[in-house]
Amino acid sequence: MTVKRWPRVLAHVFLIALAVLWLVPLVGMVFTSFRPYAETSIDGFFSWPDSMSLDNFRNAWDRGEMGQHFIVTIALVVPAVALTLLFSSMVAFAVSRFSWRFNIALLMLFTAGNLLPPQAIIQPLFQIYLRIPLPEIPFISNSGELRGSLIGLILINTAFQSGFCTFVLANYMKTLPKELNEAAMVDGASVWRQYWQIVMPLTRPALAALATLEFAWIYNDYFWAVALIQQGDDLPITSSLRNLSGEFFTDENVVAAGSLIVVLPTLIIYLILRRQFIGGLSLGGTKG
Amino acid sequence: MSLDESVTATDHDVTTPVTPREGEEGRRSHSLLTGSDRRTLTLMTAVPSFLHIALVWIPAIGTFILSFTNWNGVRWSSLKWVGFRNYEQLFTVFEKDLYESLFNNLWVMVALFAIGTPMGMLIAYILDRNLKGSAIYQSIFYTPVVLSLAVVGFIWRSVMYSPGQGILNSVLGRTDPGNQIDWLGNPDFLIPITSEYGLSKNFMALIAAMIWVHVGYVMVLYLAGLKSVDPNLREAAAIDGANEWQVFRQVIFPAMRPVNIVIMVITVITSLRVFDIIDVLNNPIGTDVLSILVTDNILGESGNVGRGSAYGVMLLLVCFAFAIIYLRNAFGEEDQ
Repeated sequence: MTVKRWPRVLAHVFLIALAVLWLVPLVGMVFTSFRPYAETSIDGFFSWPDSMSLDNFRNAWDRGEMGQHFIVTIALVVPAVALTLLFSSMVAFAVSRFSWRFNIALLMLFTAGNLLPPQAIIQPLFQIYLRIPLPEIPFISNSGELRGSLIGLILINTAFQSGFCTFVLANYMKTLPKELNEAAMVDGASVWRQYWQIVMPLTRPALAALATLEFAWIYNDYFWAVALIQQGDDLPITSSLRNLSGEFFTDENVVAAGSLIVVLPTLIIYLILRRQFIGGLSLGGTKG
Repeated sequence: MSLDESVTATDHDVTTPVTPREGEEGRRSHSLLTGSDRRTLTLMTAVPSFLHIALVWIPAIGTFILSFTNWNGVRWSSLKWVGFRNYEQLFTVFEKDLYESLFNNLWVMVALFAIGTPMGMLIAYILDRNLKGSAIYQSIFYTPVVLSLAVVGFIWRSVMYSPGQGILNSVLGRTDPGNQIDWLGNPDFLIPITSEYGLSKNFMALIAAMIWVHVGYVMVLYLAGLKSVDPNLREAAAIDGANEWQVFRQVIFPAMRPVNIVIMVITVITSLRVFDIIDVLNNPIGTDVLSILVTDNILGESGNVGRGSAYGVMLLLVCFAFAIIYLRNAFGEEDQ
């Protein structure tokens, strides 16, 4: 639909003003993180940057032991996203391609599970985690129990995120023509082959969108890690950011630099895969 | 979990009712599933369901059960059943904590409904007109959504709100010591309700950051919804001489009912879930919310698992009410 000229100009003015406002914290973060605290704390934010350097980044990286935390993060995010997509797609396949007694009820359970606030289930979850012993394996389970272990963190992220993904994937798989299954049946393809070689390849767009979104969500998780990990060294990067803020004195510029380092991976992936990000969210918002 | 004999892919399309073709009425009776297929299918659903139920739903029920206990979480033997005493205490001894938190959760909800959500809808409505640069605007407004809320807290604290060098105080010329505005440290009320409760200034500062994130989220959901509205509806209304507001109010908004419900539920749930941004800033005075009260009681010593769970139950009850609305919206038409 075409719009008359003046409303269009007005719309642009409004959107540009708002967009600039929206960029202020982000641009401010970049600007602050390149400048020394000694300079900005005296000259203020709006001053000519006399000395710009990467010192704050180096500082944040060392003080926050970010190398270590990034390794933990990769060890968490990769298996958690893979497992979430595998599990959700299996359930989604079963409830959307076959009709059996409890399929709607099961789908509803997953969907509702994804709406619960994590804090509302943390008390019992914490107690359960305390009471499940694990063999002590360096890095994967340092604590000898589910609490404090990387495995525990992978499991809860998978369990929680599979609610949303199952809902989205089930809606998506429902739209695939059912003749696919019938033809496969006639050819004698097993259920697993139908899932893995017929339905999954056709679901690729939704899987790609969800993989992107889930990467960001699990990478961004703060709560599960803070609640279930007790050793500072075992924290993934997002929750480890806490270490950068001292109780009494905080070098704001180092915090800004640290924040920038932490958001950089998500921002880069977002810039490259913008379509997937937005697509994944819209898939969940609208009816399938 | 018993699998049905038939192998019909769910054939009810949600939008267009399909009249059953010949030979397809009801479920097919002859079984095409072999025994091993059935076992595969059962396993495919059972394993993920077990994980989800064990780590999400069992704890959800556990929250209800534990809320009737007095327990430090260390040994089972120290667990005592106390009936409704935790709840009684919430409304007496811990009244101040509870009401402050309830108010704060409510403020988030009000602010998102009054400012964040309508702004996101408005932006989506404008962007839906195929404006030039629409993709760029979208990218900008959506960027905060891909960031962790914990990091958002840090960004706003160090860049926007820093008393000595933050952007806000710099713009206002209030960066000199003694003249600074301490955005995140001032628990005085911006909007007092009683002498004890109200919307504190530092909480409003946090809400501003939450709005910054929420707008892009709503925009994306709404934009996806708008794409599905028949453009002819708009044209027809415009030809009938309806102005922009009338078209939106009487044509678009009602046609978007399913999306509206999703956005409403998400807005409520977001306001219940708020945690990261507060915790990462060390929970300044005046910024308690329900989720913070729950987690304050996780660890033994001063914490009480029973009380923490009672706070958790409050979260759950509100959440369930809205989850039901969401489910009815998403599944309603599919129920026979």
